Amino acid sequence: MSNFTENDYASSRQTTEGPIFDVTGGDWDSLVTEIGASKEERVVVNMGPQHPSTHGVLRIVLELEGETVKEARAGIGYLHTGIEKTTEFRNWTQGTTLVTRMDYLAPIFNETAYCLAVEKLLNITDQIPEKAQVIRVMMMEFNRISSHMVALGTGALELGALSPMIFAFREREKVLDIFEMFSGLRMNMAYIRPGGVAQDVPEGGIEKVRETVKYLRENFKDNSTLLIGNSIWIARTKGIGYLDLAGCTALGITGPVLRATGLPWDLRKTQPYCGYENYDFDVVTTDTADVYGRFLVRMNELEQSLRIIEQCADKLEKLEKAPVMVADKKIAWPAQLSVGSDGMGNSLEHIRQIMGTSMESLIHHFKLVTEGFRVPAGQAYAAVESPRGETGVHAVSDGGTRPYRIHFREPSFNNLQSVAAMCEGSMIADIIGAIASIDPVMGGVDR
Amino acid sequence: MESNINSPFAEQQGAFGTQTSGDTSGFGGVVKSAPTFGSSSRPFGSYFDDIADNLERAYSEFRDGIEKIVVDRGELTIQVKADHLLEIAQILRDQLRFEYCLGVNGVHYPEDVNRELHAVYPLLSMTNNQRVRLEVCVSDSNPHIPSLVSIYPGNNWHERETYDMFGIIFDGHPALMRILMPDDWQGHPQRKDYPLGGIPVEYKGATTPPPSDRRSYR
Repeated sequence: MSNFTENDYASSRQTTEGPIFDVTGGDWDSLVTEIGASKEERVVVNMGPQHPSTHGVLRIVLELEGETVKEARAGIGYLHTGIEKTTEFRNWTQGTTLVTRMDYLAPIFNETAYCLAVEKLLNITDQIPEKAQVIRVMMMEFNRISSHMVALGTGALELGALSPMIFAFREREKVLDIFEMFSGLRMNMAYIRPGGVAQDVPEGGIEKVRETVKYLRENFKDNSTLLIGNSIWIARTKGIGYLDLAGCTALGITGPVLRATGLPWDLRKTQPYCGYENYDFDVVTTDTADVYGRFLVRMNELEQSLRIIEQCADKLEKLEKAPVMVADKKIAWPAQLSVGSDGMGNSLEHIRQIMGTSMESLIHHFKLVTEGFRVPAGQAYAAVESPRGETGVHAVSDGGTRPYRIHFREPSFNNLQSVAAMCEGSMIADIIGAIASIDPVMGGVDR
Repeated sequence: MESNINSPFAEQQGAFGTQTSGDTSGFGGVVKSAPTFGSSSRPFGSYFDDIADNLERAYSEFRDGIEKIVVDRGELTIQVKADHLLEIAQILRDQLRFEYCLGVNGVHYPEDVNRELHAVYPLLSMTNNQRVRLEVCVSDSNPHIPSLVSIYPGNNWHERETYDMFGIIFDGHPALMRILMPDDWQGHPQRKDYPLGGIPVEYKGATTPPPSDRRSYR
């Protein structure tokens, strides 16, 4: 290290497009000296893919004039893992385990959208037991809370407010505890399965849900009193990242960004799935179409989610001992998993039964687990309202035990296109707020 | 055996993926014929008849431009010819009020000769709360589809992704280049002739082949 001279830091080289500077941090002084000497006024700055405020590995190429952004282009693909391709080499049930890892902050939504598409292909949408649907709705709403918590917490953090992140992650932790109790895992649960859910409500589950709802409702106040009406927060967010309804429609934007323009488009209301038509809740909108409006939409959606969860808890109390998997034994996994002291695992009772008493059950189990079920050929599209907008799944089957093609219409992927529309003409500091308000999750963008 | 030109899938032999002596199950002789996908007949049910009627009324070349209309699993699919796509999309957006195009997805059917690559566009009308799916089929040798970016600007990245993954060329796209894979990548990963990859893993003397080379049910 000692061999470096000052010139080695912000080194520059000549290209046909002008001088290019490599800035690695802490060497801005030398950069300013060099740029100050040149006559060029436009500077191209490469933000990311490792920038802490870009929500993961997002790269943004900025063309700046002073501190004004003249052009912003997003570069993605750094987190592409080929999940869609991999699903083609696993059976339909295993698909949940893969797709849950796409948008890792909203795993339940990925699983549900996928399962709804598979169930549509199987033509069993009407046969899903009510209890499974209620559990799905409850898990989705909890997941919406945990996802919004990250959006709010990291969004505030990136704009320099540290405390909201501490509060948000404290709340998120409680939601993850619920996930762990119900599914055995805190993230990427593969809990929603084609035909129902992986296991029944654990003992004491409903009480824990009620307790958590009470806790969350009380503690959301910490963040709302910190941020709503806070003059610094308003100065950083109001009028920033403006994108009106026309812009949203043109760019295919859905979710909180769309609802912040005043259009109450929410698939839970307009095209209900999983029985959302049986719940009493409001679609939250604002009409400012800016970062502050999107923040308010997310903030107020938390309370609506809690309302839905309470109704789920009421329904679940009445549905004790009801099935959580479709009755068709050719599709339903023959056993519910059980949560042991070391996490989720096989149901020992079921293993005892098939190994000790029934050869046919053993064969059946073996066939279903190794081979999986066949899905009639055709294609289907299913969509759910995820925390970021419409998560759509296009599933194609060739009649076999594996998906022929699974495609996720990821809201993050689509919404990220609006970076240019939101940021061009604004100050460089406002880009951070604008991107945070889109709430892109790169795992979902790149898949 | 008669092959079905309507179906994008070929008939299958045996219960496992192997063609050689690997299949010891006794199911090697099983032949599963390919499913049929014909055009649906009227009435389509739901709001689908209205969409078909309105489109027919608004578009004079309806009979030329539309290959078939399929209603399956409560969803309406309109298969259109590539050179009519722009006009149909324009009518669907402006007159039938399908304001949203939720991207485009490719599907590769190697058995569907001369129509190997399908591009699928899910459209959404918020005004009427309706959905419809457009499907365009092109061949591997001439994979050109007009770009919808001029009508639905939000399709920009989606078309880039479909180009990246399938090699479908969207004519008129403002900057059709790879988006998820590196710029210098060779091949289009989501095509069926593109291998999944992976290496055999040895553990305690036994070797597990990569997923695509394993014997598997189908």
